[in-house]
Amino acid sequence: MSIRFADIAVGDSIPELAKPPIDRTQLALFAGASGDHNPIHLDDEQARSGGLPGVIAHGMLSMAFLGQVLTGWVPQSAVRSFSARFTAMAFPGDTITCKGVVTAKSEENGEMVVDLDLSAVNQDGKQTLAGSARIALPA
Amino acid sequence: MKAEELVGKVYAPFTVDVEKGRLRLFAKAIGESNPVYLDDDAARKAGYASLPAPPTFAFSIAMDAEQPFKVLEDLGVDKTRSMHGEQIFDYIEPICAGDTVTGVQRVVETFEKKGGAMRFIVTETLLKNQHTRPVANLRTVIIVRQG
Repeated sequence: MSIRFADIAVGDSIPELAKPPIDRTQLALFAGASGDHNPIHLDDEQARSGGLPGVIAHGMLSMAFLGQVLTGWVPQSAVRSFSARFTAMAFPGDTITCKGVVTAKSEENGEMVVDLDLSAVNQDGKQTLAGSARIALPA
Repeated sequence: MKAEELVGKVYAPFTVDVEKGRLRLFAKAIGESNPVYLDDDAARKAGYASLPAPPTFAFSIAMDAEQPFKVLEDLGVDKTRSMHGEQIFDYIEPICAGDTVTGVQRVVETFEKKGGAMRFIVTETLLKNQHTRPVANLRTVIIVRQG
């Protein structure tokens, strides 16, 4: 079942992705997997010496979650561009939910494309990422 | 070095091998269950040469080369005073396990906000695969606290 351009309207939401709570094991795995070994994601003492309350989640982990909301909706090969601004920190124990809304439909380079506004929010509804994406769809 | 003097600077190319085990670890770390990212057969059926790198993995390729920190080194700024402000990806072709990716990073612009309390540095990194075809372009915004 593939999603078609004609079936999408501006204002449509794409299916949300509710991730399980971030835990320290995930941060350790992501440090190794992502290549970001900054101790502020792994070691409370070092995080505190940098002025943080304790370890924080990698911003790129939340952006990876936001990528999953896209690739859960369309094949990755349909994703033309994807961006995110890091608007607030996420911490171990936080539960991140990723959302997307269609903001525009157009034709670009002979392709039918839709633009999305993306958002990652924590359990309190605070936005941790504000993003956007452009997706090419079959007519 | 002053930030303005960095604009236009092009860093030496870096090369990273995209390994299948690493992509599986990345998938595990982000809680990915889509078989396209875990299983060779599923990836091939979906039209990929091997396991595809998820959308944000392109940044990890630059990270492996410690590329995002080069501008901080040039400015003599400690990593702990910097933040990743924004990340933008443009995708051209899939990056898959087995690819060898070469990147070239250049400094695009820099500006201050909040009366000089924050310095923004914007770089672009074009990634090409072993066939010298462009696969992705990264635009990375680094923020340095100057206060």
